[in-house]
Amino acid sequence: MAILHTVNKSPFEKNALDACLRLAAKGSSVLLIEDGVYGAMKGTVKSAAIESAKGDISFYVLGPDLKARGIGEDKLIDGFKVVDYSGFVSLTVDNDKVQAWL
Amino acid sequence: MATKKFMYVNRKAPYGTIYAWESLEVILIGAAFEQDVSLAFVDDGVYQIAKGQDTTELGIKNFSPTYSALGDFEVNKIFVEKESLDARGLTIDDLMPLKWEDEDEDWAEKDSIKVISSEEMKALLDDSDVLLNF
Repeated sequence: MAILHTVNKSPFEKNALDACLRLAAKGSSVLLIEDGVYGAMKGTVKSAAIESAKGDISFYVLGPDLKARGIGEDKLIDGFKVVDYSGFVSLTVDNDKVQAWL
Repeated sequence: MATKKFMYVNRKAPYGTIYAWESLEVILIGAAFEQDVSLAFVDDGVYQIAKGQDTTELGIKNFSPTYSALGDFEVNKIFVEKESLDARGLTIDDLMPLKWEDEDEDWAEKDSIKVISSEEMKALLDDSDVLLNF
């Protein structure tokens, strides 16, 4: 059963992204929102963990939260798909359930 | 109504924020609806069921004894991630011995807590119908 995982905390402040990557099964989707979007940036201490999970997990990031923080799409780790709010809704309905890593 | 598998995922320490207490309240409410309830304790959530909690000097309620009552509400599937215990230098002996009585086996007392690996936890989350996060 497919899970959409959401992460809304900066990976440099909280371990929500670490926990998500540790416990997300193959075939899951991960959507970074709010301060979680900092985890989508390349060249950080967290990038490698996402890079190595990319084969098993689909990564998404919420565009409005990127824009609000001045993060251009050129700064994202390759493979991240940027979604808008309706994309967020689609991800929610396309998966069986949502795991929110608070 | 068909029974659904509810999984409560607890990831916060007990007294710094309200998450743990709120989770426990929702678990007890959910138990009244006779659903299939499981609890997961991950990351700092493992501190919620640590032995020897005493909040008298804080002047707030010590709700840890309530976990011991969960067995009476047929909440007896309590999973603790081993990696989270290890990272904090804890073992199952540092946790409250949560028990339940199996009416099919002449009320034999059984352990509610199961320590499982990240891989097993991953599969368990995947297998749940509803995830509630605290």
